[in-house]
Amino acid sequence: MKRATKLAAIAGAAALLLSACGQAPPEDGASPTANDTAAAGGGTAVEGFKPCIVSDGGGFNDRSFNQSGLEGLQQAAGSLGVDYIQVQSASDTDFAPNIQNLLDQGCTFIVTIGFQLADATEQAAAANPDVNFAIVDNDSSAKGLDNLKSLVFNTAEAAFMAGYLSAGVSETGVVGTFGGQNFPTVSIFMDGFAQGVDHYNEVHGTSVRVVGWDREAQDGSFTGAFQANEQARQTAQTIIDQNVDILLPVGGPIYQSAMAAINDSGRDILLLGVDQDFFVTDPTTAPILLTSILKDIVVAVNDATMEAGAGNFSASTYVGTLENGGVGLAPFHDLADRVPAELSSEVDQLKADIIAGKITVESYLNQ
Amino acid sequence: MSDETHIPTDPEVAKAAADADPPEDNRWKDAVREIFSASPWVAVGALVLAFVVGSIMIAFTDSRVQEVSAWFFQRPGDTFSALGSAIGRAYSQLFQGAVFNVAFAERGGFLEGIRPLMSTLTSATPLIAAGLGVAVSFRAGMFNIGGRGQMIFAAIAAGWLGYVWSGLPFPLLLIICVVAGVLAGALWSGLAGFLKAKTGAHEVIATIMLNYIAFYFLQWLLMTPGMLRGVKGTPISNPVPDAAFPLLFGSRYTVSWAFVVSLAAVAFCWWLLNRSSMGFAFRAIGENPRAAKVAGINVERTMVVAMMVAGALVGLAGTQQALGVLASSGFGDAVDAGIGFDAITVALLGGSQPIGVLFAGLLFGAFQAGGRAMQAGARVDISIVAVIQSVIVLFIAAPPLVRAIFRLPQPSQAALARKADAKARAKAAKALAKSGSQDGTKESA
Repeated sequence: MKRATKLAAIAGAAALLLSACGQAPPEDGASPTANDTAAAGGGTAVEGFKPCIVSDGGGFNDRSFNQSGLEGLQQAAGSLGVDYIQVQSASDTDFAPNIQNLLDQGCTFIVTIGFQLADATEQAAAANPDVNFAIVDNDSSAKGLDNLKSLVFNTAEAAFMAGYLSAGVSETGVVGTFGGQNFPTVSIFMDGFAQGVDHYNEVHGTSVRVVGWDREAQDGSFTGAFQANEQARQTAQTIIDQNVDILLPVGGPIYQSAMAAINDSGRDILLLGVDQDFFVTDPTTAPILLTSILKDIVVAVNDATMEAGAGNFSASTYVGTLENGGVGLAPFHDLADRVPAELSSEVDQLKADIIAGKITVESYLNQ
Repeated sequence: MSDETHIPTDPEVAKAAADADPPEDNRWKDAVREIFSASPWVAVGALVLAFVVGSIMIAFTDSRVQEVSAWFFQRPGDTFSALGSAIGRAYSQLFQGAVFNVAFAERGGFLEGIRPLMSTLTSATPLIAAGLGVAVSFRAGMFNIGGRGQMIFAAIAAGWLGYVWSGLPFPLLLIICVVAGVLAGALWSGLAGFLKAKTGAHEVIATIMLNYIAFYFLQWLLMTPGMLRGVKGTPISNPVPDAAFPLLFGSRYTVSWAFVVSLAAVAFCWWLLNRSSMGFAFRAIGENPRAAKVAGINVERTMVVAMMVAGALVGLAGTQQALGVLASSGFGDAVDAGIGFDAITVALLGGSQPIGVLFAGLLFGAFQAGGRAMQAGARVDISIVAVIQSVIVLFIAAPPLVRAIFRLPQPSQAALARKADAKARAKAAKALAKSGSQDGTKESA
């Protein structure tokens, strides 16, 4: 026991020594903490505004929607000059208690991430009419709660453009996709992608095939989890083996397994990113990254938080579309020379047509 | 694992086991037994040390501490006060989130102040039940790592029946679902017991593999329309409000009758292990299967039954999840919430005694509830709580394991007795020397 205490003390002292040579601030001016800095920043928020956020089981470093949601909230809190609280859920049974803890901490605006939190969020919103809520990736509008805003994204529109583009770029005439698990927020990418390929075939009289998604059955290839594991690598391998030369993996880090499979194959296979521009978030993908299908959760959460912070909360559902920039296609970056100018302008035209309603992209959000 | 395809028969297995396990080398078995029968004092000591380690981690991850330690040599007082306030704030939030919150009490009276305690009871409910399951299997000499699979099967049974029979009247549906869940857990665990009894397959391997089978089976059910998949098209089962455990003290608290069922399970296990002949058989095969066989106990049958009882208790925990906290939302593939593994720690900390498991379960429930509050209130990462829990395991399990790995001598009973004897003699001699001229004190050594 004594020895353990000594060891701990030595370790602590060593750690302090390494960083203990700085300059102390003057005695009276207490050094500003992160919270104070934030409070000094602005002052546009309504009195007592306190934004808070709950993750699902994936945690805030998931390189996916939890992380994006937190970034959006941090941006808004920074520009409003208010303090925020983030809590991470370790398991499904944490959702309701975590929301309750935030309510107890006096949060006035609570963002929850993902459909798994839908029930807990809806119940908390019903029980606390004075507090505003927003939920990402779930449409709770049917509950008719005027303090709960749903933030959803019609990514099928952007995926449609990616599908059209891929069909035009593909040399083998086969493109592929696979997902983490088959539920609406994942399959919407795959379904939109397949519709885009079909549209290209219609326009150009070609017969480019999609592997990994069956529009009739609304089912396809799934790894079973959102993890870059052997299962994901094998799923990618299976799809690549069908002569695919463009691959769209949908679901957090599983693209890393797709990259491994692409490298193993030794063939010239291109990758499509999802959610964020992989060129920015993971530069290692750059040499094979054709484009990314963007789903701008950061902006959506930021906007919703700013609105609530200014006292203009509205429960109307936000649907990210090509029109409002909530979804989109990233630049081609390093692979711009792989895309013929003609195809590039066709894709731009496609965007205008979808916004104008000349082309309808089917998804679960507009059924 | 040989390449030959013949299946070894029973005597062969026994012979192989005897060959591979010379009598003097029971160190692994001894180590495991020592780990799972830790005395309460070892448990308390481990707990204290875990809090010390937790303090260090809280201190060094706190942003204010990092900031002021930059000028440690100019004004060390800043660093110490920052250390103190970071640790104090974290543990105070942990306590206020787990037992009693003063601010709530000021706002809404005593009943509001104990809301965190009720949250602790809610979190402890499945931990106690599952901990009992692991404890029972251990007392019978088996290590049940299959809690996850058993909980999943129990939740599937309870959640599915609760949905398809949702028209049945209140207590009937709940009882049917609980019984179905408990049976499902018992059968899934009994399978591992059967494999061990009939083929000698080690229960650790069997239960771990059965975890995977259960998990992927649940995923498939959640993905397949017409099975467990919810009506909203998401991989979450349908809510079962009709089969839910009713709340114990009204809607102010989350604690439900599931907690009372856990308490009943503690009483049942105490009776089972200490008063029933079946429990005696469990303990007999746990202590020494050969002696038990000689004494006329059917070892194989007892093994299967012990695993079934263990699985039933873990299954109860799965049922409490599906029909308790997750009844109104439905459950996804994480319905077990890691409780199947936390239960091992709970059983370990509780010394595999039902009463010990009750208190260990309450403590871990407090960690969960308090950890969540600590995250929201003191901005301390929730992983700290996992660290504290892990350090407890480390301090209890490490000494016997280290001895087993490096073949160090066990401080056997004889050695302990010798030590105690020597100590007593020294004490007596000292007392004698001290008393000297005084009237000879009668030492009771």
